[in-house]
Amino acid sequence: MSDSNNMTLNLKIWRQSTTKDKGQIVDYILEGVSPDMSFLEMIDMLNEQLVAKNDDPIAFDHDCREGICGMCSMMINGQAHGPEKATTTCQLHMRSFKDGDTIVIEPWRARAFPVLKDLMVDRSAFDRIIEAGGFVNVNTGNAGDANEILIPKEAADLAMDAAACIGCGACVASCKNASAMLFVSAKISQLALLPQGEVEADQRALSMVEKMDELGFGNCTNEAECEASCPKDISISNIARMNRGFLKAAITSKTK
Amino acid sequence: MSSSTQSISHNYFLSSVVKKQIMAVTGLLLCGFLLGHLAGNTLIIISPDAFNQYGHALVSNKPLLYTAEAGLIVLFLVHLTMAAKLTVENNTARPEKYYIKQKTGRGSTFASSTMPYTGMIILIFLVTHLINFKYGTVYMTTINGVEMRDLYKTVMEFFAQPIGAAWYAFAMVAMAIHVSHGFWSAFHSIGIFHNRYTPLLRKAGIAYAILVGAGFASLALYGYIQGVQA
Ligand code: HEM
Ligand code: SF4
Ligand code: FES
Repeated sequence: MSDSNNMTLNLKIWRQSTTKDKGQIVDYILEGVSPDMSFLEMIDMLNEQLVAKNDDPIAFDHDCREGICGMCSMMINGQAHGPEKATTTCQLHMRSFKDGDTIVIEPWRARAFPVLKDLMVDRSAFDRIIEAGGFVNVNTGNAGDANEILIPKEAADLAMDAAACIGCGACVASCKNASAMLFVSAKISQLALLPQGEVEADQRALSMVEKMDELGFGNCTNEAECEASCPKDISISNIARMNRGFLKAAITSKTK
Repeated sequence: MSSSTQSISHNYFLSSVVKKQIMAVTGLLLCGFLLGHLAGNTLIIISPDAFNQYGHALVSNKPLLYTAEAGLIVLFLVHLTMAAKLTVENNTARPEKYYIKQKTGRGSTFASSTMPYTGMIILIFLVTHLINFKYGTVYMTTINGVEMRDLYKTVMEFFAQPIGAAWYAFAMVAMAIHVSHGFWSAFHSIGIFHNRYTPLLRKAGIAYAILVGAGFASLALYGYIQGVQA
């Protein structure tokens, strides 16, 4: 890591003290940014300087910093988790940027994701959707022998792919309609594709979609910006699966 | 999640998923109508008499005419109502806009992001279309001893004006853009996804869009050229 590679960046960062505060973009100049830093380390560096000056550091969510928890939500130059495909903000490195670049950093924006402070948003709307049915509630008995229930490899693969969703909310943030359909369809699919989850598949689809609508997310227009922004490459084929599952459940539901 | 503890207050048929499915089905039926309409209209190029006789046959069969008209009105109204409702909901789902927003370049297309606008153009076109042709100037002609409306003359008069032909062609381009996304999108909304066939459906949608767009627009161009020569 040679110092000559270090960059000076013009940062435009959304500052908002509370949910009710109006908020605004604030300009910062940050010098000596190494291309080897992660994006979050870059913000850490800025925050250290702010703290040293007795300024309020920039609030942002993060936890694992290894791309698995889904906390590090932010819009970077108008793209969820920044410009790289299938990459969370914590896994994005400053080598994706050039010396002298202007970088705009904003929180996710959606009615269902109110801003708490600066770049932090409240994503508990996702928890409400999971609570509405994103689990298996039937008694499956004691743990059986391995491979006692045979699952086709294809179904297992599709379920695993859907289960890769880390609930980060980038799909909602990048969608022009702030639709949560990619997240919800992944959570429905990961269970519906497996025998234990299939039992409650109808009710699950109905309840989770109902909750999603109630929370004020938008409607899908099949643009696929969600899939393109998803750090886990969740496929919109899950949305099609949810659509047909929901329709089937709505026509054949035994409840009500 | 047992049914006894779950209170279901919501009407499934007004859920986001089903509203999209209603759009999809009405949109696909309208796509079918466009094909039929285009096939009939190409008679303009074949001969004025053939076109007029076709038109006469359509309006002479009253039960068929009224059923078809009623069906089309319902399709349009339902498609439009759902479009308006979904679009309003989508706009309220993000009350605070981004300072900057950039597409990934890996997802949305021009067609997919302009559906409400191309839809609006189609709607305005539809009104002018009915005013200009169906409720336009009525000329009469006699073919093989049968008196009938000379719709050919009305249409050709309209296309002979540069503004008329240009507006028609412009609206047809907008419609082609609308269906180029709408076609495959409708299948996805209904729940059809296939690793092999979905990419084919996307191509088929574009082919369909070019066919109807270029088909209708070329009729306008044909009429314009005829007018210039006349
Ligand atoms: C001949 C006329 C029309 C045809 C063939 C047509 C076809 C379609 C199709 C196939 C879809 C896709 C549905 C889906 O993705 O599930 C669609 C969506 C849509 N249409 Fe139309 N449409 C027509 C007229 C209109 C009109 C008059 C309007 C509005 C004034 C309109 C507005 C929309 C909107 C807003 C969407 C939603 C886009 C989305 O959710 O992806 N359309 N249309
Ligand atoms: S589907 Fe992708 S973008 Fe959406 S919450 Fe899951 S991991 Fe994040
Ligand atoms: S901090 Fe956990 S995914 Fe980025």
